[in-house]
Amino acid sequence: MHHVLVDQWSQGSSPLHARDPRAKLLVLVTFLVALATTAGNAFPTLAVDAALLAAGALIAGLPLGRLLLRAMAILPFSVTFGIISWLAGEHLRAIALVEKSYLSTVAVLLLVGTTPLPRLLSGLEALGTPRLLVLLAQFLYRYLFVISEQAQHLRLAAACREGSSGAHRHGKFRAAAGALAVLFARSYYRAEGIHQAMLARAFTGRFSPLNPLRFGPADGFFTAVIGAMLILARIQ
Amino acid sequence: MTPLIEVRDLRFQYEDGTQALDGINFTLHAGETVALFGANGSGKTTFVLQLNGILQGQGSVTVCGLPVTKDNLATVRSKIGMVFQDSDEQLFMPTVLEDVAFGPLNQGLTSQQAIEKAIAALKQARMEHAANKAPYHLSAGEKRKVALAGVLAMDPEILVLDEPTTFLDPPAQRNLVHLLSELPQAKLIVTHNTRFAGALAQRAVFFERGKLVADGTVQEIVQRFDWTYSALAPEDLRYLAQRRL
Ligand SMILES: Nc1ncnc2c1ncn2[C@@H]1O[C@H](COP(=O)(O)OP(=O)(O)OP(=O)(O)O)[C@@H](O)[C@H]1O
Ligand SMILES: [Mg+2]
Repeated sequence: MHHVLVDQWSQGSSPLHARDPRAKLLVLVTFLVALATTAGNAFPTLAVDAALLAAGALIAGLPLGRLLLRAMAILPFSVTFGIISWLAGEHLRAIALVEKSYLSTVAVLLLVGTTPLPRLLSGLEALGTPRLLVLLAQFLYRYLFVISEQAQHLRLAAACREGSSGAHRHGKFRAAAGALAVLFARSYYRAEGIHQAMLARAFTGRFSPLNPLRFGPADGFFTAVIGAMLILARIQ
Repeated sequence: MTPLIEVRDLRFQYEDGTQALDGINFTLHAGETVALFGANGSGKTTFVLQLNGILQGQGSVTVCGLPVTKDNLATVRSKIGMVFQDSDEQLFMPTVLEDVAFGPLNQGLTSQQAIEKAIAALKQARMEHAANKAPYHLSAGEKRKVALAGVLAMDPEILVLDEPTTFLDPPAQRNLVHLLSELPQAKLIVTHNTRFAGALAQRAVFFERGKLVADGTVQEIVQRFDWTYSALAPEDLRYLAQRRL
């Protein structure tokens, strides 16, 4: 089974990976609020924000280029709205929209790329997110991999039987639609099987993390310093 | 002494109407190892899933004196360690160590205790070198061993293994025989592998279309149902020889 790339990044080790997820969440929220209230042409502030992100990626040992590339997934949306604003004559707003959405996406990716999702969710729970939501997210995350794994099996099986002739486009579409139905059915049964196996090992509806969260002095320092930098850059 | 597992007149029907179990009576005593034989689809997996209440039918199932009902599920599931037929379903945590520690953590141990248990169990299953690997990067046989470790880490009183030898190479099968024969727990082993069963179990039961139709020594059952793969029956050989003419 292939993990998504970002999930692989999150398994790495660096000072940023080692920070308590709560510290990173608090810094992210500060970042997003500071960014959202920054004027679109306050370029020094935006430059500081961008520099902090780049420094974070470097310290975490994440491939900066691929991170920036991944974050471009947001552009189709933000550019569309940007163009609408531009046509409406709000040029500053158009630019701000694209800049800010892109920087926010990079920031979120940086958090997700340095924090394994189970830990991130423990952090969210510790910060007061309702348990039901957290549990739901945990199951979604598990089953996302279940579905992608089943899809890969199906694709492999199909590739093995396809031969070299190459079906017509119409036939291919029908085959794909059929495969999708099978994919959902199989994923459903697989998910049910996993749930049974979890129950068999005394699962009671709560994931206990192996490494409980610990907010140490380094986490406090990290939150205070980066938070202060963000706020100073914002109000200068 | 109360038996470890006591099943009386157990019936179970799947939602689509398949009558998978049709009046099963079965008893497992302390220290016993029993092999469970039967054709594909005869109800073996369905039966073992009743033992820890994952599926519930009509009739009575008692484990260590406790009826398997909603109130007792947590206790019963700590007493029965189940290795599933499909290890991919059993391994769901991001790393092997976390997966093996999953059960102990659910039993209320601290992280430190759970890690110790997990490492000890991984050593028992000879998989400690893979502690930090992602389970889905393991080979099928390695997954099996990790799944077994995940169950051993919970210190169960009864081990239920559904087809434990599939995917294992011959040395790994022998290792599994050694490992299992050293474990003091009572065991229920679903298998098509009669040699493996013979090495571990004295007693065997045979399932046929949802019914337990025979109970005896492994040898008796294997002979009575002609339950070996090793060679084709003489009439099959004659048939093949004729077709080749
Ligand atoms: N989820 C399900 N829904 C409907 N029928 C099912 C389901 N699971 C199993 N069955 C049916 O119940 C019967 C018993 O299945 P079971 O899996 O217990 O067999 P088994 O003895 O374990 O077989 P095998 O040796 O192939 O593992 C079969 O006829 C099977 O088709
Ligand atoms: Mg089965």
